[in-house]
Amino acid sequence: MEGSRRDFLKLAGLSALGLGAAPVLASASKAAAQTFGDDAKALKGTHWAMVVDVSKCQDDCQDCIAACHEGHNVPTLPPEKKRNEIKWIWHEEFENAFPEQPIAYLPEKLKGKPFEVLCNHCDNPPCVRVCPTKATFKREEDGIVLMDFHRCIGCRFCMAACPYGSRSFNWFDPRLYLAKTNSAFPTRAKGVVEKCNFCSEQLAIGNLPLCVRACKNEALVFGDLNDPNSAVRKILRERATIRRKPELGTGPNVFYVI
Amino acid sequence: MRMVPYDKEKIGAGLLIFFVIFTLPFWYNRGRAVAPANPVLPTDYKTCVESTDYMKTSHMQLLNTWRTEVVRYGPRYYTNSQGQRYKMSLTDTCLDCHPKKADFCDRCHNYAAVFPYCWDCHLTEKGTR
Repeated sequence: MEGSRRDFLKLAGLSALGLGAAPVLASASKAAAQTFGDDAKALKGTHWAMVVDVSKCQDDCQDCIAACHEGHNVPTLPPEKKRNEIKWIWHEEFENAFPEQPIAYLPEKLKGKPFEVLCNHCDNPPCVRVCPTKATFKREEDGIVLMDFHRCIGCRFCMAACPYGSRSFNWFDPRLYLAKTNSAFPTRAKGVVEKCNFCSEQLAIGNLPLCVRACKNEALVFGDLNDPNSAVRKILRERATIRRKPELGTGPNVFYVI
Repeated sequence: MRMVPYDKEKIGAGLLIFFVIFTLPFWYNRGRAVAPANPVLPTDYKTCVESTDYMKTSHMQLLNTWRTEVVRYGPRYYTNSQGQRYKMSLTDTCLDCHPKKADFCDRCHNYAAVFPYCWDCHLTEKGTR
């Protein structure tokens, strides 16, 4: 039979290809058809920011802190472990929050007054730049500086890089110091760094951040900086605001009305 | 040619001891079988997020994808090959049908001697407590 050798080789080659491809195709057809979607109510922004109106803030009130800590399973350490405390949103006096003293002669009413400070979700976050595992990253679509706790190796470069002290390291298993836990958000494990996440988990289900909702005086306002009609832009149009350490070029997105 | 003297008995005994010690695990476990994993399956649900075969072999890849999507990109819902929609959450979705970690996850993981650290952070009990 003329050409049979050639035909045989062609056939053999095709068969080998088929045999090789079969398991690949089989696994591809077995693999799940993966499509992902958002909650219909999810709040979508392009540049989330917060305004803290200190004049509306009551000195003895801890509602925003309590709501955040409860919602995110942030432990309360005993006083002797204060230096290892976990901070998401906390109180700081003016001269510590703004050490460059933008106001030379502080009015009496601001002396000793607690300022709410939290992660500034910087435009140019130094913590993101130093993270060796990309555990902390800036979310492209809305500018939130987020943490992937799974990836954090606990090197604490980010804590050294952050000029606002917004990051805390878990020296202990936080569950030891949690009076109660909320299953809607995970706890952390010993050995990871954590910080405020601008309530990305709340935005995903259509809620404003927990601290904003907890404030009875509406001292905390959250919104999209790129939307000229947003609540934050409305305040920024009317009131002069300051930011923490703007001279460092980090581009903080938390604004303070004094 | 001079013969090299050697202690046949000592070497033989040494080899025997070595052989016994080397094969000790086999002697130790002789006649014993490890109990099968037998995870407790839900009775009121027939199907998982994907087919049982897929979940058996690839649940870790699926959960890895869920983690990456939720934590890094934002979507919270997963639509499976049957078009059903699930919230991507260990505590809210997986525990719905498999409420007891010890009766489900741990059975196979202990059998296979793998110890993932999902539950170091994620909570095994729903709600506030």
